[in-house]
Amino acid sequence: MLPEAFSVELPRALQHLIERDAPAPATLMSRRSFLKLAGAGGLALGVFPLNAIAQDGAAKPAALKPTQQPSAFLHIAPDGVVTVAVNRLEFGQGILTALPMILAEELDADWSKVRSRHGSNDPAYADPLFGVHLTGGSNSIKNSFTQYRELGARARQMLLSAAAARWNVDAATLQTRSGQVVAADGRTLGYGELAEAAMAVPVPDKVALKDAKDFRLIGQPTSRLDARAKSSGRQDFGLDVRLPGQLTALVAHPPVFGARLRSVDDGAARAIKGVKTVLRVPVDRGGEGVAVLADGYWAAKLGRDALRLDWDTTAVDKVDSARQLAQYRQLAGEPGARHFDADMAPLAKAPRHIDAEFVFPYLAHTPMEPLNCTVRMAAGGAELWVGSQLPGLDGAAAARVLGLKPEQVKVHVQMAGGGFGRRGVPSSDYVVEACEVAKAARAAGLDAPVQLVWSREDDVRGGYYRPMHLHRARIGFDSKGKVLAWDHVIVGQSITAGTLFEGSMIKNGVDTTAVEGMRDPYALPMRLTVHHPKLNVPVLWWRSVGSTHTAFVMETLIDDIARNTRQDPVAYRLQLFGDRAPRHRAALQLAVDKSGYGKRALAAGRAWGVAVHESFESVVAYVVEASIRNGQPVLHRATAGVHCNLAVNPRTIEAQVEGGALMGLSMCLPGAAITLKDGEVEQRNFDGFALPRIGDMPEVAVHIVPSADPPTGMGEPGLPPLAPAFANALARLTGKPLREMPFKLA
Amino acid sequence: MTTLQVNGRTHSVDADPGTPILWALRDTLGLTGTKFGCGAALCGACTVLMDGQPIRSCVTPISAAEGKRITTIEATADGSDPVGSAVHAAWVKHDVAQCGYCQSGQIMSATAFLKSLPRGAQPTVADIDAAMAGNLCRCGTYARIRAAVADAARALA
Ligand code: FES
Ligand code: FES
Repeated sequence: MLPEAFSVELPRALQHLIERDAPAPATLMSRRSFLKLAGAGGLALGVFPLNAIAQDGAAKPAALKPTQQPSAFLHIAPDGVVTVAVNRLEFGQGILTALPMILAEELDADWSKVRSRHGSNDPAYADPLFGVHLTGGSNSIKNSFTQYRELGARARQMLLSAAAARWNVDAATLQTRSGQVVAADGRTLGYGELAEAAMAVPVPDKVALKDAKDFRLIGQPTSRLDARAKSSGRQDFGLDVRLPGQLTALVAHPPVFGARLRSVDDGAARAIKGVKTVLRVPVDRGGEGVAVLADGYWAAKLGRDALRLDWDTTAVDKVDSARQLAQYRQLAGEPGARHFDADMAPLAKAPRHIDAEFVFPYLAHTPMEPLNCTVRMAAGGAELWVGSQLPGLDGAAAARVLGLKPEQVKVHVQMAGGGFGRRGVPSSDYVVEACEVAKAARAAGLDAPVQLVWSREDDVRGGYYRPMHLHRARIGFDSKGKVLAWDHVIVGQSITAGTLFEGSMIKNGVDTTAVEGMRDPYALPMRLTVHHPKLNVPVLWWRSVGSTHTAFVMETLIDDIARNTRQDPVAYRLQLFGDRAPRHRAALQLAVDKSGYGKRALAAGRAWGVAVHESFESVVAYVVEASIRNGQPVLHRATAGVHCNLAVNPRTIEAQVEGGALMGLSMCLPGAAITLKDGEVEQRNFDGFALPRIGDMPEVAVHIVPSADPPTGMGEPGLPPLAPAFANALARLTGKPLREMPFKLA
Repeated sequence: MTTLQVNGRTHSVDADPGTPILWALRDTLGLTGTKFGCGAALCGACTVLMDGQPIRSCVTPISAAEGKRITTIEATADGSDPVGSAVHAAWVKHDVAQCGYCQSGQIMSATAFLKSLPRGAQPTVADIDAAMAGNLCRCGTYARIRAAVADAARALA
């Protein structure tokens, strides 16, 4: 859920961080000592090791980086079971299936014997292009496609060499098929039988990759490898980590971000059975909190409820949503940083105008698994168990808090129950909090692993929201819909200001995460001015980041112009695209064709709505059907046209579009707003911050444009165009455009 | 001491009688398949069956469970229960789970719902939506949940 501009700028931005904080290259371990360890740990000998520590020094070509070493990613057991380590966080998007598919394709593995697991903060599991550990920006497949293909191809080559040696034949005469090496005379050897010998073969530097037409797995709709575990309660998440002696910690957070304590009365809390201790701890943004450590969640919760705390909020800024909107409106009229420029002279003379103001509230991510982090300290280091999108950064932050070197912190990446950006925080807020609690506990003589749990209330009120935004547009156009000038202003907090991403993401005073998705691919004479006020509310990327608001603004305004000039919204867009945007055109055309738009009569009271948007290099178009029932907007059906180049696992792409559509819908429905009064967040749980329920779910049909180009990501792009398509349908029913989220009809 | 009957086994739980069943399951008995999502009966992640009825274990104290049979996901999708097995199979077939965190609760609600239907009855979409309305899914797996519940009902007919 990191912004698109990452792809170009991240490496430079993070250089200082990498140099300062990256774990030193893992010590080489001789193969002999690995085997000893493996034996000691009860592992069967004769496996191809899955070990981030590089294999036999002699067999390791210097040219290969840790991210290219098969031994860090692949374990082949004697029974032929292949386990693939994934360098990304699985939080629903299906990466624990898709990357193994890519590796297994080139390995020619038997898919029924492929398993997968998470990596860690070891250097091997960094993004191969960015050099940092990262799940975000929909780039897992995009950046690791070639990496995982090469890993599979390298291991295959090693297995072939081992078989050639065993049979004393030329490796060129051998083939591989579904987990076996096959000789010219038909003899076979299973990968499991060859694994140990293959491990001793030098890792090839260069490998040939398959021709796309020979793919057997890539492109096949494939069931998730975690489907069974996740359909039986057997899947463990970060919150299910149970270490011997572990205590649960709940922290009482300040009511206003960054506030401190005047006094603490913890007498009643300490008297609660199961409460071990109560500790004052530093929390995010210079604030203070009180941690209650107890045997289990319930005692910790009772303890926290029993605290009597006197907060001092005098020194912190207290945001108020109503005042904030007035401030944003005022700012919108002032000169600001310029992102796009164009001649605005034709605006005054244009025969037709649209003047529009849009308001978007703060939004919480509310992943279903509440935020948590488990910390165990030991002599000479610490271990973290956390479902993290940025495990390298979180590990480095933990090291700073605990007074360790980054390489002394091991991050065990845990399956995460959703995240949507909230588990990828530049400040590592809740990871730092967990470490502060663990450190304070140890200083108080409590030597136990600590699991920090954020209740749902902590999560809803804990900040790091999609920023509130105000957009203002004045558009001049002619009777044919030709835009003569478009003057646009965006007001909203910068997500990256003050973080280590600032240097690369903020250009001329404009945070690219606030403007991504504006204007393009329409060739519009747009002037875009941006204001980034600073407020005491932490903000963060939220699935699809800037496109959560820019897609809505762009796609509803384009529709407004079409409606104003009595043009079909599809035809109008296609005309604007010209031949500049072939992927937009293909995605939109596919959605139009499959939906029956313009061909099929809708049920009475329903209207069509259309929108198309590119984010993170993938394009999604929606054609939707909506109506109004009892004054409430209802979304009945959404047909998606998707262009993500090569579709690695069409089944996952479908699921991601369904999920993106629902999350897009979540922004439209009542209750989708975080508001503040006197600096305090007004919502507490799912009663105040409401999510869509099953009855809100439209029928979603997903169609993918065939393509063999290198794949682009699909974790986020299904979200942005849903809300504007829905709004456009409703505008056709009411004659009035919707410019506020969540929607308010009439 | 509170006596809890969970998945056919009897446990003595040394906890405050007001402790929600959820935390007795997760923190005392080590049954972590039942999930914590909101702690306020708003999301359904913690759904278990008490004498066959779906309840929100995050707000139901262990004192209310004495003398009752608690069934959790661990005994629902392990092959021992025909309805639970049909639901599990349909969930796998439709690849319902994304992050998977809400799915224990979804499966418990679906199982309770299908058990409540007369034998062979086929629920409508509206029936399914009503039965599953208490379970939130942030990942947006609702369309597949609908399809999987309908499929499980067919398999059980
Ligand atoms: S955790 Fe019980 S309903 Fe949400
Ligand atoms: S599958 Fe993630 S919350 Fe439902």
